[in-house]
Amino acid sequence: MPGRTRDGGIEPSSGGAKVMCHGAGIAVHVLNGADLGAARMQMALSLGWHIVLACFGVGMPAITLIAEWRGHRSGDSHYRLLARRWAKAMGVLFAVGAVSGTILSFEMGLLWPGMMGVYGEVIGLPFSLEGIAFFIEAIFVGIYLYAWDRLPPRAHLLAGVPIVLAGVASAFFVVSANAWMQRPTGFQVKDGRVVSVDPWGAMFNPATPPMTTHMILAAFMVAGFGMASVYAVAMLRGRRDRYHRLGLLLPLTVAAVITPVQIGVGDWAAHAVADQQPVKLAAMEGVFRTGRGVPLHLGGIAIDGEMRYALELPYGLSLLAHWDPNAEIHGLEEVPPGDRPPVNVVHWAFQIMVAFGFALLALAAWLAWEWRRRRDLPRSPWFLRAAAASGVAAVLALESGWVVTEVGRQPWIVFRVLRTSQAVNPAPGLVYGFVLVTVVYLLLTVATVYVLRRLARDVPVPVAPQERDISGYKVV
Amino acid sequence: MSLPEIMLAVLWVGLTAYVLFGGADFGGGVWDLLAGGAKTGHRQRELIEHSIGPVWEANHVWLIFVIVLTWTGLPSVFAAVASTLYIPLTLAALGIIGRGAAFAFRKVSTELWQRRLFGATFAFSSVVTPFFLGTVAGAIASGRVPLGIARGDLVGSWLNPTSVTAGALAVGVAAYLACVYLTRDAQRAGAADLVAAFRRRALVCGVAVGALSAVGLIVLRADTPDLYTELTSGRALPLLLLSVVAGLASLALMWWRAYVAVRLTAALAVMGLLWGWGVGQYPAPLPGVSLDEAAATDAVLAASLGSLAVGAVLLLPSLWWLYATFQRDRGKSR
Ligand code: HDD
Ligand code: HEM
Ligand code: HEM
Repeated sequence: MPGRTRDGGIEPSSGGAKVMCHGAGIAVHVLNGADLGAARMQMALSLGWHIVLACFGVGMPAITLIAEWRGHRSGDSHYRLLARRWAKAMGVLFAVGAVSGTILSFEMGLLWPGMMGVYGEVIGLPFSLEGIAFFIEAIFVGIYLYAWDRLPPRAHLLAGVPIVLAGVASAFFVVSANAWMQRPTGFQVKDGRVVSVDPWGAMFNPATPPMTTHMILAAFMVAGFGMASVYAVAMLRGRRDRYHRLGLLLPLTVAAVITPVQIGVGDWAAHAVADQQPVKLAAMEGVFRTGRGVPLHLGGIAIDGEMRYALELPYGLSLLAHWDPNAEIHGLEEVPPGDRPPVNVVHWAFQIMVAFGFALLALAAWLAWEWRRRRDLPRSPWFLRAAAASGVAAVLALESGWVVTEVGRQPWIVFRVLRTSQAVNPAPGLVYGFVLVTVVYLLLTVATVYVLRRLARDVPVPVAPQERDISGYKVV
Repeated sequence: MSLPEIMLAVLWVGLTAYVLFGGADFGGGVWDLLAGGAKTGHRQRELIEHSIGPVWEANHVWLIFVIVLTWTGLPSVFAAVASTLYIPLTLAALGIIGRGAAFAFRKVSTELWQRRLFGATFAFSSVVTPFFLGTVAGAIASGRVPLGIARGDLVGSWLNPTSVTAGALAVGVAAYLACVYLTRDAQRAGAADLVAAFRRRALVCGVAVGALSAVGLIVLRADTPDLYTELTSGRALPLLLLSVVAGLASLALMWWRAYVAVRLTAALAVMGLLWGWGVGQYPAPLPGVSLDEAAATDAVLAASLGSLAVGAVLLLPSLWWLYATFQRDRGKSR
C-alpha cells in the first residue's frame, strides 16, 4: 500500500493531510484523517484470503462425502482412507475459514461504518440467514469430524449432508449481499435515513442469480482442482498407487464437469453486467467511447483515455455482450472521470479470469477425451503437470473475478448510491490496523500452509513402488 | 413487546450464550496457559483440548450471530460502536484469529516445538480476546460511545476504569466457567487428580471473580453512577441479587463436589450480571438514543426474526445432538 496513488475516480478522503516520511526504506503514511487506501487494502486482503478458505468450506465436504459414500458402496478402503484424511484437512481449513470470516464481520463495521450504519439493515436479512447456515455448518462439522467412531457409518455419512447444504447456502447468502451492493434495490432513503425496506427484494436483486451461481460453481472448481493438485504433485514424485490415482481422479472429475457450465454462467454474468453496470463493462473491456459494433480488446493498456497495444476482434464485444454485432456499448466517457473505476486493473483482471477459465476447460476436455478412449488418465506427464497447476489457476481465476467485481464497482461502495469515500471510518490511524492485520495474515498463511503440508506428507512411501497396499498409511 | 424489543431480547440471548459457551472456551485457553510445563501440564491440556475440540466452532458462531443481528437490528448503534471502538475490536479480532487457528494447528501437530508454539499462541490469545471484548462492553455500559461515526474518544472510550474492570471481569468469568465445566468433564473421564486440581482452581477463581465483581460495583459507582443506581436500587436489583446468590451457591456446591449442579448456578451467576447490565441500561442503547430511533424498520426486523424462528427449529435439535454426542461418556474417542 505505501505510496499508492488514488487514481481513476477514487476521490481523496475528506480532511486527511498526507505526509510521507521515509524510514528504513518504506514509506509510512502519517495521517490525521481517514485513510481510505489502507481500509480498502485491508478489506481486499481479508476478503481475498477468506474466499479461498470459503471455497474449500463449500466444495470440500461434498467431495469428501462422495469418497466416503463410494467407500461404503464398494468396500474399497482407499476411498475411506481418502475421506478420513480429507476430513482431517477440513478440520484445519474450517477453523481458519471460520476465524477469517469472523474478522470480516468485524471489518464491515470497523472499516465501513458509513455503509453499515445506514444500509446494514437492508442487507441484514441475508446475513441473519447466513448466521443460521453457519450454525448448522459448525454443529455438523463438529459431529462429522469428531464422531467417526461414535456413530454408525450411515449416520456419519448423513451427518455430512447438512454441511454441504449449509456451505452452499452461506455462499448464496453472502454473495446476495454483495450483489445488492452492485445492484441496490428494495429500499427507500429520505434525508440520509432508510425509511422503508423490502428485505426480500433487496436480497433477490437482479444481480443475485448470476453472481451467486457463478460463485458457488467457482467454489466447487477451486476445491476440486485444488485437491486434485495435491495428488498430481505426489504422482509426479512417483507415487502412482491406486490411492493417489483416486485422490486425483475424484476431485478432478467433479471440477472438470463443472468447468464448462461455469463458463456459460460467466457469460450470463457478463450480460447482467452489460445491462446493470455498463460502466463496469466498459472498464472490463477498455471501451472509452460509446458506439455500435464495438470490437473486443485482447490485452492492451489504457493510456490517456485510449486502449493501446490491444488485439482487436471486430464487433466482438457487441456480439458477446448483446448477441448482436451492431449493439450499442456504453463507453467510459459517459461518466465524469471521477466516477470511473481504474480501467487497467479491471480489464486485466477480467482477461486473467477468462484466460484461466478456458485453460481449465482445456484440461477438462483432455481428461474427458482420454477417459472416453481408454478409461484411464492421460499418460503424458504434462497432464499431471497441468493438473498440478490447476488448483493455482482456479484460485487466480477466483481472485481476479472478485477484483473485476469489486474494483469495477468503484468509486461506489453501493453502486450509484454511496461512495466508498463516504463509507470509510474517518478515525485516524487505520493504516496501523492494516499493517497489523497484514502481519497476522502473513503468519497465518505460513502456518496454514506448513500444517497442511505436514498433513499431506504423513503418507509413508510404500516399500515397493509398484504396490497397491495402503495398510501402512496412517489416517494421521 | 414491540419488534425492536424482541430483537434486543434475542440479541441478549445470543450474547448470553456466547459468554456461557464461547467464554468458557476462552477460559479453557487461560487454564492451558497456567497448566505448567510440557510434561506436568500434559494431561490437563489434553482434557481441555478434548472438551473444547468438537464444540468451539459452534460456540463461536454466537459471536457472529450477535454482530450480524446488531447491524441488522440496530445499524446506527453498530456503526457507532465499531467506528469508535475500532482499536479494541481490531485487537479482539486478531486474538480470535490467533486462538482459533492455533488451536486447530496444535491439534494436528506432533512435534514438541510446534505444539509449544501453537499452544502458547492459543493460550495467550485466549486471555487477550475476552479482555478486549470486555473493554468494549465497559465502553458501551459507561455511555462512552456516542451516536455517529467515530464520535467518541478513540482511546479513552475503552481505556477507563469501567472498561478495564469489565475486561478483567470477562477474563475471570471465562476462566471460572471453564474450570467449573472442566471439573465435571474430568470426573466423567475418570481422572480423579484432574478433578481435584480443577476443583481447587474453581474455588480460588470463584472467590476472585466474586471479589472482582464487588470491586466492579465500586468502580461503577464512581465512574458510571446511572448504571450503578439501577443495579443497586432500581429495576436491575433482582438480577444483581440473583447473581450474588447463585455465585455463593456455586462456591458451596463446588466445595461439596456437586459438579453437575454447580454448572447451573455458575451459569446463573453470570446471567445475572449480563441481564442486570442489560436491564439497567435499557432502553437507551447509546446515550440519548432511544431504542425506537436506533432500531431498523419493522419489515427488516420481522423478516429477520421470522427467519431466526424458523432457523431455531433446525438449530435446537442439532445443537442438542452435538452436545449429546460429546457429553456422553467417552470411550476410545478421538
Ligand atoms: C474458478 C473461478 C472462475 C472462472 C473459471 C470464471 N469466473 Fe467469472 N468470476 C468468478 C470466478 C470465475 C468469481 C470470483 O466467482 C466472480 C466474482 C463475483 C462473482 O459473482 O463471481 C466472477 C465474476 C465475473 C464477472 C463479474 C460479475 C459482476 O461484477 O457482477 C463476469 C462478467 C465474469 N465473472 C465472467 C466470466 C467469464 C466470461 C468466464 C469465462 C471464462 C469466467 N467468468 C470464468
Ligand atoms: C458478500 C460478499 C462481499 C461483501 C459484502 C464485500 C464488501 C466489500 C466492501 C465493503 C469493500 C470496501 C469498499 C470498496 O472498496 O468498495 C470491498 C472491497 C473489496 N472487496 Fe469485497 N465484498 C464481498 C466479497 C468479496 C470477495 C469474496 C472478494 C474476494 C476477493 C472481494 C474483493 C474485494 C476487493 C478486492 C476490494 C477492494 C476494492 C478496491 O480497493 O478498489 N469482495 N468489498
Ligand atoms: C463480507 C463478506 C463476508 C463475511 C462478513 C463473511 C463472514 C463469515 C463468517 C463470520 C464465517 C465464520 C462462520 C463459522 O464460524 O463457521 C464465515 C465462514 C464462511 N464463509 Fe464467509 N464471509 C464473507 C464472505 C464470504 C463469501 C464471499 C463466501 C462465498 C463463498 C463466504 C462463504 C463462507 C463459508 C462457506 C464459510 C464457512 C467456511 C469454513 O468455515 O471453512 N464468505 N464467513
